[in-house]
Amino acid sequence: MDLYEYQGRDLFERHGLPVLAGGVATTPEEARAIAERLGGRVVVKAQVKVGGRGKAGGVKLAEGAEETVARATDILGMDIKGHTVHKVMITVTADVAEEYYFSYLLDRANRTFLCIASVAGGMDIEQVAAETPERVVKAPIDANTGVDEAKAREIVTAAGFPAEIADQVVEVAVKLWQAFVAEDATLVEVNPLATTKDGKLLLLDAKVTLDENAAFRHPDHEALVDQASVDPLEQAAKAKDLNYVKLDGEVGIIGNGAGLVMSTLDVVAYAGERHGGVKPANFLDIGGGASAEVMANGLEIVLSDPSVKSVFVNVFGGITACDAVANGIVQALALLEQRGEKATKPLVVRLDGNNAEAGRAILDGAANPLIQRVDTMDGAAERAAELAAAGV
Amino acid sequence: MAIWLTKDSKVIVQGMTGSEGSKHTRRMLAAGTNVVGGVNPRKAGTTVDFDGTELPVFASVTDAMKATGADVTVIFVPPQFTKAAVVEAIDAGIGLAVVITEGVPVHDTAAFWAYNKSKGERTRIIGPNCPGIASPGASNAGIIPADITGSGRIGLVSKSGTLTYQMMYELRDIGFSTCVGIGGDPIIGTTHIDALAAFEADPETDAIVMIGEIGGDAEERAAEFIKANVTKPVVGYIAGFTAPPGKTMGHAGAIISGSAGTADAKKAALEAVGVKVGKTPTETANLMRELMSGR
Repeated sequence: MDLYEYQGRDLFERHGLPVLAGGVATTPEEARAIAERLGGRVVVKAQVKVGGRGKAGGVKLAEGAEETVARATDILGMDIKGHTVHKVMITVTADVAEEYYFSYLLDRANRTFLCIASVAGGMDIEQVAAETPERVVKAPIDANTGVDEAKAREIVTAAGFPAEIADQVVEVAVKLWQAFVAEDATLVEVNPLATTKDGKLLLLDAKVTLDENAAFRHPDHEALVDQASVDPLEQAAKAKDLNYVKLDGEVGIIGNGAGLVMSTLDVVAYAGERHGGVKPANFLDIGGGASAEVMANGLEIVLSDPSVKSVFVNVFGGITACDAVANGIVQALALLEQRGEKATKPLVVRLDGNNAEAGRAILDGAANPLIQRVDTMDGAAERAAELAAAGV
Repeated sequence: MAIWLTKDSKVIVQGMTGSEGSKHTRRMLAAGTNVVGGVNPRKAGTTVDFDGTELPVFASVTDAMKATGADVTVIFVPPQFTKAAVVEAIDAGIGLAVVITEGVPVHDTAAFWAYNKSKGERTRIIGPNCPGIASPGASNAGIIPADITGSGRIGLVSKSGTLTYQMMYELRDIGFSTCVGIGGDPIIGTTHIDALAAFEADPETDAIVMIGEIGGDAEERAAEFIKANVTKPVVGYIAGFTAPPGKTMGHAGAIISGSAGTADAKKAALEAVGVKVGKTPTETANLMRELMSGR
């Protein structure tokens, strides 16, 4: 889960890291209250999870409460690269002398964590690394020994931070690592990490990604989810413990296993190229045990997407037996009818693997005109795309 | 011979008394796996009956190894306890630990991997969040269905579970030496490269199918490895060509961030080193079939 800047700022503050005083507002009136509390000159920043908001006019200075209200009014509701601004962060300003870069992140390739530090901050670090690699330090971090003072000093020296701020950077590096571990983050990025003209070190931006697998030890992380920006279908699916991602297309997809579902999306998209350009409408992995209830919940979510014109149920029975899946589909359609949400869109079903013959026989026996059985994955994708194209 | 798991492998199960653990212990036994016991400190000294096979429960992996000579452990414990279970297996010095558990925090995986490294990597770790490893006709450690295919001379390495089963099914007419599901998490113990190296060295494997998916750059690194080290033919498949950036597709590791981790980049990297990459699982299987028919 990626956090908004203000959530990252709060997280840094909770872990004793130096950040600018500030608050977050969803209305101009809330912005006024924050500006009055902070006093003087403030900066109003659009809260969107996309870069380039400064260029888009989403970051403005304001002098006093009235100007803050005016700037917040301008920025709230603004569209930045397809993201609507629902919140602004308001902070006091800093008299910046120098800008640096500091981050901890997951290094998948080396199966460990990495610290990236550079005295060339404030710009895109990938660009700095490409143009002047000597100005970027990449230090692997042992997950068990972490970043203590000695390790931090090693990084600070290697990166060439000026001697007069080295101690402050070391302290920030250690605390930031502690925050990274304590919060189960997979990324904490500070760009810029800045010094003020009076020699103080400040974390002026916060990019934080948290590991959702660690949610069981962070009940407080649930509150960080931005419900307003979550797709309503994704929200409904999550409430039913379904692994669903909304996409822009016409063929609803239900399958078992993340890899197989991803593959199903591809196969449908290829078939769609031959059928009016229809695309997969969603990713939905119903996992190993596809009971009638799970299938009904999945079908309900997929069918409630108005852009869906046909549904492709693609199941390879590994542990799951295909006869159970077939019963699930038949019962799910009956269940939906009972719930008053009778399905009207065609379902193309492909069952293979464990007990496939029995599963297919159940589908045939049900003689439901909505269910079409096709026994190969590529053939079924073709049929589902064709039906979606005809239904558009 | 197969790789890493043979008919002589002696398998224990950490979490054997739990619901998933007991269900799959029964399946592994039915598949002919030599399961010799389980680990649960609270039930140490008892036995569990699996359709007539009495399996002893030990207090620790070390105890189980001493008593049974076990050299493989399959881990089914819940995510909260997975790190401790893997560390215990590493401390015991077992040769292979197959971590099935899904939803392990990446800090925990990074920690047990770093710990394994500090111990000289005595233990090969497969997973977490993986279906396990199967050498058809010989042994099966994990949750891969044993009856999809028989033994043969193709090696399979894959990030995904059901896609592994699909590929095994597609090529059941030829059969497999070993199928390894390495898992879809951002940090995993055994990589594509490890499996490619083992298949290259295995006299009973003639060709290799490699299944990847979006996220990270493991497939690109595997391509470099193939170029330098693999002489056996490799056929590839990548899932997630149509996945949008920034959305996690089921597996914690399956996410395109910025321009990194796309299926197109992975396909291009593999094709650049002579690996034929299929557009669909069926097409990929056909590429392999063509290759094997010439042998």
